[in-house]
Amino acid sequence: MENIPQIPRQMEPKVEVEGSKSSLWGQVWRRFIKRKMAVVGFLFLTMIFVFSFIGPFFSPYTTMGTNPINAHQPPSSAHWLGTDHLGRDVLTRLMLAGRISLTVGLGAMVLSVSIGGILGILAGYYRGIVDQIVMRIADVLMTLPGLPLLFIMAAIMSEWRVPAEHRMYIVMIMLSLIGWPGLARLIRSQVLSLREREFMLATDALGLRDRRKLLNHLLPNVVPILIVTATLSVGGAILSESVLSYFGLGVVPPTASWGNMINAANSLIDFTNRPWLWIPPGVAIFVTVICINLLGDGLRDAIDPNMKGR
Amino acid sequence: MSERASVLEVKHLSAHFETEQGIVRAVDDVSFSVKEGETVCVVGESGCGKSVTAMSVMGLVQTDVKGDLFFKGKNLAELSRGDLRRVRGNDLAMIFQEPMSSLNPVLTIGEQIMEPLLVHHPYSKKQARHKAIELIELVGIGRAEQIFKSYPHQLSGGMLQRIMIAIALSCDPDMLIADEPTTALDVTIQAQVLDLLRTLQEERNMSMLLITHDLGVVAEVADFVVVMYAGKVIETGTVHDIFASPKHPYTKGLLYAKPVLGNRTKKLYTIPGQVPNLVDLTPSCYFHERCEHAMDICREKMPTLKLEDRQHVACWLYEKEVKG
Ligand SMILES: Nc1ncnc2c1ncn2[C@@H]1O[C@H](COP(=O)(O)OP(=O)(O)OP(=O)(O)O)[C@@H](O)[C@H]1O
Ligand code: SF4
Ligand SMILES: [Mg+2]
Repeated sequence: MENIPQIPRQMEPKVEVEGSKSSLWGQVWRRFIKRKMAVVGFLFLTMIFVFSFIGPFFSPYTTMGTNPINAHQPPSSAHWLGTDHLGRDVLTRLMLAGRISLTVGLGAMVLSVSIGGILGILAGYYRGIVDQIVMRIADVLMTLPGLPLLFIMAAIMSEWRVPAEHRMYIVMIMLSLIGWPGLARLIRSQVLSLREREFMLATDALGLRDRRKLLNHLLPNVVPILIVTATLSVGGAILSESVLSYFGLGVVPPTASWGNMINAANSLIDFTNRPWLWIPPGVAIFVTVICINLLGDGLRDAIDPNMKGR
Repeated sequence: MSERASVLEVKHLSAHFETEQGIVRAVDDVSFSVKEGETVCVVGESGCGKSVTAMSVMGLVQTDVKGDLFFKGKNLAELSRGDLRRVRGNDLAMIFQEPMSSLNPVLTIGEQIMEPLLVHHPYSKKQARHKAIELIELVGIGRAEQIFKSYPHQLSGGMLQRIMIAIALSCDPDMLIADEPTTALDVTIQAQVLDLLRTLQEERNMSMLLITHDLGVVAEVADFVVVMYAGKVIETGTVHDIFASPKHPYTKGLLYAKPVLGNRTKKLYTIPGQVPNLVDLTPSCYFHERCEHAMDICREKMPTLKLEDRQHVACWLYEKEVKG
């Protein structure tokens, strides 16, 4: 082919190194801040976190003591969101409930991402018997309908008389138990395709140990999708926790959670005459979950512009 | 020259894949050896099993590989997993066909060059970093500090292939296997990369197994040539002998198919026909459908490699009893 004249190309190949080591995440950040809705979601979430975790320190009320004389006060300048049937300040309770609900959501996410991520990577990388075992367990858990399963587990928990202050941890574990299979599946399929890529073959040719291949080469490639799914799963976990707590099966009083606060709407009088008891936690759940979804979608677009609609 | 020790000896290597259509004999009874400081080129058309041969030597093929591989006198099959790991990347390195896809997209160039150094040597992070920068400069890329911090997608194909070379050379291997290292690059860059490989190889007295389908490359760098066709070795010889007096009709065709400057014929010569399907091959010379000298025996019996003058060739034309 050498007698075919070549169009002269740029001799010194292109380099457009944009600087630092952080340039991959820098790009993600630049794409992220262009997505207005995601940024709005992110800002709102930050506010909700500040409200829940720092807010109580500025509240003049505690929710420890009850004050029956003060019960069922409508919103006023002293109690912005009124008081409940035990005379506790609803606003303060809302903040403390936020701590619990957000913690449960985040905790469940961390647990299910750890379990699902590790099992998914191992199953996808080693395939064979490891894959069989992990995926069959995941299949079984995924074919069982989630909510009824949670109800059954919660019922068992009630049967065992788990103390109220420990129940949130049990709820986290329960939620991660039904949350990990989906994640494991997703990660496994990613790893299955990644392991066939040439750069993974190249790690073999370099004589690397499995541990290094998994941690240094595979993991960084699944981190983006892990982050996105993890973010979105927090919303689901918060919702499930709310449902459980609403039915008195999750976090139970005296520990407040947004779910068990809505429980007030159970009685007709409270529902019609005292909306300040159940509207605020309802709005809190609604706004939080929407914001998490906005954030997650924004992150997904920012991390991989081609992953849209996958 | 003939007294030099063999670094790599490949004996009766076969790699067969089981597919739905049947067994693909991608590599069938291939033998050759690479001596110290020598460059052996494996040539052949696309799909004739060159890459599978290289991958089998590295132990990267996901199928049963038969035959013996001796590296510096040691049988690779008898090494423990740990020993094999120490050989790969350290003594025996490989460069892949596609530089773009052979580097991990989410790790920086620096991290990837440092990795084999950290794995195979007791280097500290700082020493490894220093060495990595040196290596980037060695393969002829300026602004090494900046390249060190960049990601694969920020570099061009030619630069990435240089980085691949840097990674492969990082541990001073005794032998380098390069699978079409220049195919994915454009012509000017091809020449640069080849030059680089050749200089580095001479400096380090490294042995090289270079896989290519480009006879121009062979003429430039090879000491010894192995011609493959449909998974089999059909001719071997020194580069001089192969180019001066090719024996096998396929080798002749390959050389004839190569255009020569100032000698433009109306149409470029191509070897007629196609590489046969590797699945249902009957005992025969696999080249007989495309060979103008094909005889009856060519369709019934497989010729074996025989010494003819100074080359080995597998063709019935050179069998005394057939000719006579
Ligand atoms: N994993 C596999 N399963 C089945 N067949 C395979 C597999 N890998 C390779 N082959 C077959 O083996 C034959 C040789 O492939 P190989 O990649 O070695 O060709 P090559 O000579 O390197 O070609 P090229 O010049 O295009 O790179 C091909 O026919 C291919 O279809
Ligand atoms: S063996 Fe026969 S068919 Fe094969 S190359 Fe030689 S002459 Fe041609
Ligand atoms: Mg190939």
